[in-house]
Amino acid sequence: MRYAERGYDLEIDLSRGGIDRVETDPRSMELYLGGQGTAAKLLWDRVPPEAEPFSPENLLIFSSGLLNATPVPGATRTSVNTFSPQTSLMAHSLMGSYFGVEMKHAGYDKIVIRGKSPDLVYLWINNGKVEIRDARHLRGKGTQETAALIKEELHDNKVQVAAIGPAGENRVYMASIDHSHASAARGPGPVMGDKGLKAIAVRGTQDIHTARPAELFEICLRLSKELYDNPNVGDWMAVDEDDSFHHDNFSWGNARVRQKVWSKELQERWTKLKYDHMDRQTGCYNCPKKCHNVISWPGRKRFSYKCYGKDTYHMAAFQELDFSYDILGVAQELGLDSYSTPQVIAFALELLEAGILTDQDFPGMPSDVRKRYFYLLDKITRREGIGDVLANGVYWAARQIGKGAEKYDHNTTKKFEQLPIKLGKVNPAYFLMIATGEKMSITQIEGSFPQDPLPTMEQRQEFVKNWVAVPHEKFKEWFLRWEKRNEISNEASCAITDWNEAMHYIDDSLGLCGFVSSFRGQFGGKTGYHVWNIPQLISLSTGLDFDKDKLWKTFQRIRTLVRAVNVRRGLRRRDERPPEDHWAVRDEKSEQKLLDNYYQFKGWTTDGIPNKETLDKLGLNYVSEDFIKRGILTGNESTPSKETSNGQAKQ
Amino acid sequence: MVTVKAGLKKKLVKEIKVDVDKCTGCRSCEMACSAFHAVPKYSSLNPARARIRVVIDESRDIYVPIRAGEYTQAECTGRNIYTIHGKEYSECSFCPACCPSRDYFKEPDSGLPLKCDMCEDEPPLSEPMCVQACQQDALTYVEREELVEEQKPEVKLEEMEIVFEALVKKHGKKKVMDTFTRLSKS
Ligand code: SF4
Ligand code: SF4
Repeated sequence: MRYAERGYDLEIDLSRGGIDRVETDPRSMELYLGGQGTAAKLLWDRVPPEAEPFSPENLLIFSSGLLNATPVPGATRTSVNTFSPQTSLMAHSLMGSYFGVEMKHAGYDKIVIRGKSPDLVYLWINNGKVEIRDARHLRGKGTQETAALIKEELHDNKVQVAAIGPAGENRVYMASIDHSHASAARGPGPVMGDKGLKAIAVRGTQDIHTARPAELFEICLRLSKELYDNPNVGDWMAVDEDDSFHHDNFSWGNARVRQKVWSKELQERWTKLKYDHMDRQTGCYNCPKKCHNVISWPGRKRFSYKCYGKDTYHMAAFQELDFSYDILGVAQELGLDSYSTPQVIAFALELLEAGILTDQDFPGMPSDVRKRYFYLLDKITRREGIGDVLANGVYWAARQIGKGAEKYDHNTTKKFEQLPIKLGKVNPAYFLMIATGEKMSITQIEGSFPQDPLPTMEQRQEFVKNWVAVPHEKFKEWFLRWEKRNEISNEASCAITDWNEAMHYIDDSLGLCGFVSSFRGQFGGKTGYHVWNIPQLISLSTGLDFDKDKLWKTFQRIRTLVRAVNVRRGLRRRDERPPEDHWAVRDEKSEQKLLDNYYQFKGWTTDGIPNKETLDKLGLNYVSEDFIKRGILTGNESTPSKETSNGQAKQ
Repeated sequence: MVTVKAGLKKKLVKEIKVDVDKCTGCRSCEMACSAFHAVPKYSSLNPARARIRVVIDESRDIYVPIRAGEYTQAECTGRNIYTIHGKEYSECSFCPACCPSRDYFKEPDSGLPLKCDMCEDEPPLSEPMCVQACQQDALTYVEREELVEEQKPEVKLEEMEIVFEALVKKHGKKKVMDTFTRLSKS
């Protein structure tokens, strides 16, 4: 019997209407776990590097995490992977709530979609019964509306639906896939639309088995209480009304202006605004935290938000929280990501002010800034006029518009909008994470090691005292000695980046939520999951023997494979640059030295390509062979001088 | 000697209090219930087989955990729609019945009815499993004693009998007996 996973993928060919249930190789669980790990393997095996994101050959993969549907609390993430039309590289997107769990109960670890449907369809999966159904009547419908209509049509309110809105149908690059109170943003929405797939509806009523169920259940029940009691995990923004951090430190507008706005008066007013309109807080499947704020705003549909999503619109528009509440539900219903969309709009309005775009580009646009945001949401969603250009994101829009618009694209890396943060001095680990993170999003790679040093030795000692999550004692020493943000050794910076990244790759393959794991260690140190307790949970769930070293090596294998997937599509060192104005004080020479050190630490060439020795050591011989055949590697690349693992250099 | 008034006896009443305002829709209760009632215990997980289900309707902000009650052969003739604090609930949002109108509280494979047994077990649990799994205190367990009039013991159908009764209603007595005979021989 296969434990934790189901051992089957559902393969859908939308061009030919093909539906297959395919047994998977049991070894792939041991090598790549599940979720984005096994998805990366499928993308490597099945999508040739020449394939355009908007081509029938591109795959759109919905993966349950290996621990989804087991009793492990907070194992709620479904990953959605494909090749992004914006970057042409691998898109990693994660959504919570119930989808991956339901999929697993229906009998599948993954839903793998290829081809393109000639007309709009949706997929109905009811255990072994799978249908591709007409969705023409759902064209143009919102994400929630679509889910409700499908449930009604199927006479089943326990169905879990993931759907795109009109933005996805129109292949808007910022389009998201929405499910319940969760959203798979940043990449896969337009591909779903391109394939003519409006939604996936799943219903599963089958048993899930784990290898040592009683022991696992008991541990998980205890863990669930621990997570509930632990104030360091979950989304603090859901429960703490002091959001001075984002408002005073992040940049407003098109990632431009830092302003200190936070005050007691504002906090009180906004808190009242929230509680006057909040119905409740909800959580994802089998998680004791409740990170989603459910809001009813007059005249709008009920919606929910999580995390920094609540700030992006009003900060881009220099408005207040009531504006975000007014627009957020509308944007979600259109199926637009709340990170990149407000930046694209702010960018467009900057171009108008600069005279690069003119009033003629915005026919009938109101003068009120709030109304302008609604106007542009509509234009972008429908790809109408200037909206058709903006729908390609800031990077591409700037190049299409020309006339100096490129200068206003100042917050993208690898063609992707970044968080609106502009700082003074470089934090070296952050330089590395922004430069090299494959998810191209800082919040999806940071999280285990604190962002900044603590001012006094006593505070640092206090911090490290119960810091059980560290993979190696060395991290404590580095933290104790760290006094100024930009002054920390390259050696430490490389290991810190590696550890931060490790936790995310592990989470994204197991389906663990970053809020109980990879993202939360930096604030107080006591996170729910770490390299010491995860192996036991994998072992009890799957029956495979995992320990910390094996888990770490698995991370390295998955991470290196993801890099290889992108390298084969052209990613090189030249692309690994944080936005030029991300920090005020820059030093090109030492940054490049740091990048050299990091590549070496990872076992990559100076051009950022995993070398043959690294690949072979991780059992990725098929990658090294392919690279040599394609001339990406010669096979004689210099090897790193030191063998490294777990952030510690071995002699 | 203190005597309980003639004709009265003590009865232990077990209650699970449900606070729908506190429910987050996490469905830990469903997961835990299905594990506890799996045979052997904890051997499988499947909310579809849980004896507690959370009626969730996000668009109307409805989150109502209900525990499986009696099996009923027929749907109600009419339904009530309740409006409470401005929110519209259907009667079924609160109904614990294993009823033909929906697939709650039925074994997904056989359609056989499921019923909450308050996790009665040897040795007894401190609290039913769903209550232990609910970190939000949306479910709390209370035990109290009640004095009730002594009556003839009511017909208490055991789980097995309920299952047989449902089978008989669905397939007819003869088919069930034949199957039973055949299975007990093999
Ligand atoms: S921590 Fe929050 S976002 Fe993460 S699984 Fe739990 S409820 Fe969902
Ligand atoms: S465990 Fe508690 S909070 Fe979660 S769904 Fe059940 S009753 Fe609601």
